[in-house]
Amino acid sequence: MSLEVDEVKKIAKLACLNVAEDDIQSYASNLSNILDLVEQMNAVDTAGVTPMSHPIEAVQRLREDIVTDFNRRDEFQAIAPLTEDGLYLVPKVIE
Amino acid sequence: MTAVMNSEWGQNDNGQWEVVIGLEIHAQLATRSKIFSGASTAYGAEPNTQTSVVDIALPGVLPVLNKEAVHMAVKFGMAIEAEVTDRSVFARKNYFYPDLPKGYQISQFDLPIVGKGHVTIELENGETRIIGVTRAHLEEDAGKSLHEDYHGMTGIDLNRAGTPLLEIVSEPDMRSPKEAVAYMKKIHSLVQYIGICDGNMQEGSFRCDANVSVRPRGQQEFGTRTELKNINSFRFVERAINVEIERQIELIEDGGEVVQETRLYDSVKNETRSMRSKEEANDYRYFPDPDLLPVVITDEYRQQVRGELPELPDHKKQRYVDNLGLSAYDAGVITSSLALSIYFEQVLNEVGDAKLSANWITGELSAKMNREEVDIQNAAVGAKDFALLLKRIKDNTISGKIAKDVLEAMWNGEGSADEIIESKGLKQITDTGAIEAFVDEVIANNPAQFEELKGGKEKMMGFFVGQVMKMSRGKANPAQVNELIRSKMKQ
Amino acid sequence: MSMYHTRSVTELSAMLQAGEVSSVELTRYFLDRINNNDDKLNSFITVSEEMALSQAKACDEKLKAGNAPALTGVPVAHKDIFCTHGVKTSCGSKMLDNFISPYDATVVKNMREAGVVMLGKTNMDEFAMGSSNETSYYGPVKNPWNLDTVPGGSSGGSAAAVSARLAPAATGTDTGGSIRQPAAFCGITGLKPTYGRVSRFGMVAFASSLDQAGPMGQSASDCALLLNAMAGFDEKDSTCIEKDVPDYSADLDKPLNGLRIGLPKEYFTHSDGGMNAEVETVIKTALELYRSMGAELVEIELPNSSLSVPVYYVVAPAECSANLSRFDGVRYGYRCENPKDLNDLYTRSRGEGFGAEVQRRIMVGTYALSSGYYDAYYLKAQQLRHLISDDFKKAYQQVDVIMAPATPETAFNLGAKSDDPVAMYLSDIYTIAVNLAGIPAMSIPVGFANSNSGKSMPVGMQIMGNYFKEAKLLNVAHMYQQQTDWHTRLPEEFKA
Repeated sequence: MSLEVDEVKKIAKLACLNVAEDDIQSYASNLSNILDLVEQMNAVDTAGVTPMSHPIEAVQRLREDIVTDFNRRDEFQAIAPLTEDGLYLVPKVIE
Repeated sequence: MTAVMNSEWGQNDNGQWEVVIGLEIHAQLATRSKIFSGASTAYGAEPNTQTSVVDIALPGVLPVLNKEAVHMAVKFGMAIEAEVTDRSVFARKNYFYPDLPKGYQISQFDLPIVGKGHVTIELENGETRIIGVTRAHLEEDAGKSLHEDYHGMTGIDLNRAGTPLLEIVSEPDMRSPKEAVAYMKKIHSLVQYIGICDGNMQEGSFRCDANVSVRPRGQQEFGTRTELKNINSFRFVERAINVEIERQIELIEDGGEVVQETRLYDSVKNETRSMRSKEEANDYRYFPDPDLLPVVITDEYRQQVRGELPELPDHKKQRYVDNLGLSAYDAGVITSSLALSIYFEQVLNEVGDAKLSANWITGELSAKMNREEVDIQNAAVGAKDFALLLKRIKDNTISGKIAKDVLEAMWNGEGSADEIIESKGLKQITDTGAIEAFVDEVIANNPAQFEELKGGKEKMMGFFVGQVMKMSRGKANPAQVNELIRSKMKQ
Repeated sequence: MSMYHTRSVTELSAMLQAGEVSSVELTRYFLDRINNNDDKLNSFITVSEEMALSQAKACDEKLKAGNAPALTGVPVAHKDIFCTHGVKTSCGSKMLDNFISPYDATVVKNMREAGVVMLGKTNMDEFAMGSSNETSYYGPVKNPWNLDTVPGGSSGGSAAAVSARLAPAATGTDTGGSIRQPAAFCGITGLKPTYGRVSRFGMVAFASSLDQAGPMGQSASDCALLLNAMAGFDEKDSTCIEKDVPDYSADLDKPLNGLRIGLPKEYFTHSDGGMNAEVETVIKTALELYRSMGAELVEIELPNSSLSVPVYYVVAPAECSANLSRFDGVRYGYRCENPKDLNDLYTRSRGEGFGAEVQRRIMVGTYALSSGYYDAYYLKAQQLRHLISDDFKKAYQQVDVIMAPATPETAFNLGAKSDDPVAMYLSDIYTIAVNLAGIPAMSIPVGFANSNSGKSMPVGMQIMGNYFKEAKLLNVAHMYQQQTDWHTRLPEEFKA
């Protein structure tokens, strides 16, 4: 399985990663090698096998509906890159 | 142009085109804390003061599901007679947006908590239709982007991030904007009845996206649909769908094709416009959220929740018709809102006359609320005060006509019904002597007309009663006046 | 000069309880050792000296007052993947170089409540993605047994620090072998518990369904003490199992008569990527010792184990691609200079903040989940994961534990595999299946081999157990360590 440069660009865009033009080719070849490794999965027929998304069989535990967390804005925003009036600031979002 | 343009796209009024509408309603669940964290969901707090480590998606944090959110979703499932699934799964919906702190929204995808169900809607002509609900699933709300200018930047408030939502997806069963509104109102009423959502549309607790398509009448397959985003009032739903239908029909009739896309309704310009920019890169890459385990609902739990359901609107309406003798229309209006039906029952309790109470609530009071654009919770006259007014009609202290003026004054905060009647001297004159004096005077002033009345010209009766009422400035009891005139005729 | 670094946690704890040494003394001792030696190893990202000494002082007061828990006053290092309130938590990444966590991970909290003093935060592969510690933003860690070789990864800093006794013990995390492989390379004892045994809350997530925290120490008995403190139900982690924590130290000395040890034939192979012959000799010697202690060796089959690596490199990247989306330059962490628009903020903050391996895995995961590929990659991998787990379930009907090498070869040279991601991935071939199944497993030092770097390097043997059988694993490992001294050996350069 080999990935084309265009596909790598598409993936990078979806993943919001700015990949330098110079690095695209090497990512394409790395990713292709990884996908070749992954292709080995096709050796086994898995028809009818239930997919397993959790290592252990358990069911979701439920939390009581109680407010346990209170305002810590100042602490949280002390580590934020850019805030004003209690808001996180980002470049203008255009709808 | 063959289609009927700019008309109300009501029942069967779409020319050769049939409209197909499905709605996705987002109801914020009225839990105290968020769906996956212990932060408060209260509306209106200072920005970012109701966020926990989980809500701002710090590295290493994990979600734990709120029991009440599950409870409310199951309650909804029971209320629409849906399958509540034994095992439902949370999935991650991946996309980047500044008000989505994790870069994915925890939602449900192929295994939602509520499966197929249905609701019955009533149209203006009294017909009913059953609208299918495909599914309802739990998910978390996003934060808010504030577009006021912060040095050319956008501000992000994450207080709303993590508020539990129930997304209720209908089948494409609606055939007109009016049906869509009726369905939306029905769901709105239902979620309030069962106490899972406050229904406050101004605050965004109840929002709706509409999938709209048109097809030539008789065609089996659906036309290409567009999705109208975030329509936040009943009025806008109807208008947004209307303009979108017009747009689609015009487009097709001009030889164009509808593109499947997301569109935004602009209520100021009354038009929809493409949000293609947002659509472009969307590949949500759903997969089961490994931080959450399957939610298991047992039969026992289903039974328990079913037992907790209050009387639902359809049932209540039937009871009002059968037991209280209300008209189907009045019963429908009153039961369409839980708050209104509670108001009605409080009034009824005091007044003891169902028809009088219903007439006044669906009539004068509703008209007043419509004019002022307030709902019953914000009505200026409370149930107790309103009941007193009706009691004064019932005990003949005032006439219905005068009562309207009293209500107006009550609405304006001039006092209770009794205070206003007293201060304005509106009390009905029931003293026979006083009324007889008015009657005698009117007869004396109009001898010729009185002769005509006596001669059998019944029409003159209205004239005499009117004259007496005028003389008493509306305070005489019309029934009494009538009786007195009749007795004078025999003299 | 007291050689505190030659003492196990078990011994140090006894000395602290007996008042033979104070926690402040011990803490100073190890802080000095870090200061004097870590420039050679680069095993710490942050040394929290001031906080450590103030914690030590508080511990001494508790010790004086009596009834202090067993670990009170013992200095330990935390992998820099655990959030530590008020202390930088970088996860080995430029992305979090400026991140001072406003909260504690449950593991950190549990251990502090058990009396542990935190020396600092250890180096690691960026976001735990790597098997050699070379992907760290803070530079590679060196293996104390040979400074030209890697310590393994991703918990390479913890392994090197314990191996050189810069800390008596450390915490690690293991997603595909990140505790066991570096433990093996550095000649220490490491335990990856059953998935759900230790809370993941506050542990920066790599692959949520595989990540598990565990102890890295000098011996099985030390690991037992540490696990007693780390493990336990946490209501903040939905995947944490509500199950009583046994006293892991209680059964350490149980005789091994009749123990049935499974040897998967698929692991004892020399075919490509298979076990190095010298490593095999060392492992077989260890197995013979077990036989002499009354254990029975049984050949078993794990027929789908060869698919572990491919399955892992779908599941782990898929989960990581979503887990790492929160790093967007908005609320904390790295933000690029002068973003020209929102997309620029995202793509440059992430492009500049993440290293190449992290970006590779995000891209692989994004691809595997994307429309049109989900079934062929993600779904297929989850199905195979089921088969791999079933293999273990079947095997544990026959045997009590499974043994195999932890790694096919000993520690390799720095740079040897850093340009070849696939070769790097294959170095985890023996450890990955355990994470996919969620079972517990250990690595213990069982000798030395000259397999790779030209120098004699530690060999780790892996002991895998059934779900929640950590006590059994610790017992099996401890009994071996009662007969051997591999676990007490120190690299020449760090003996003094």
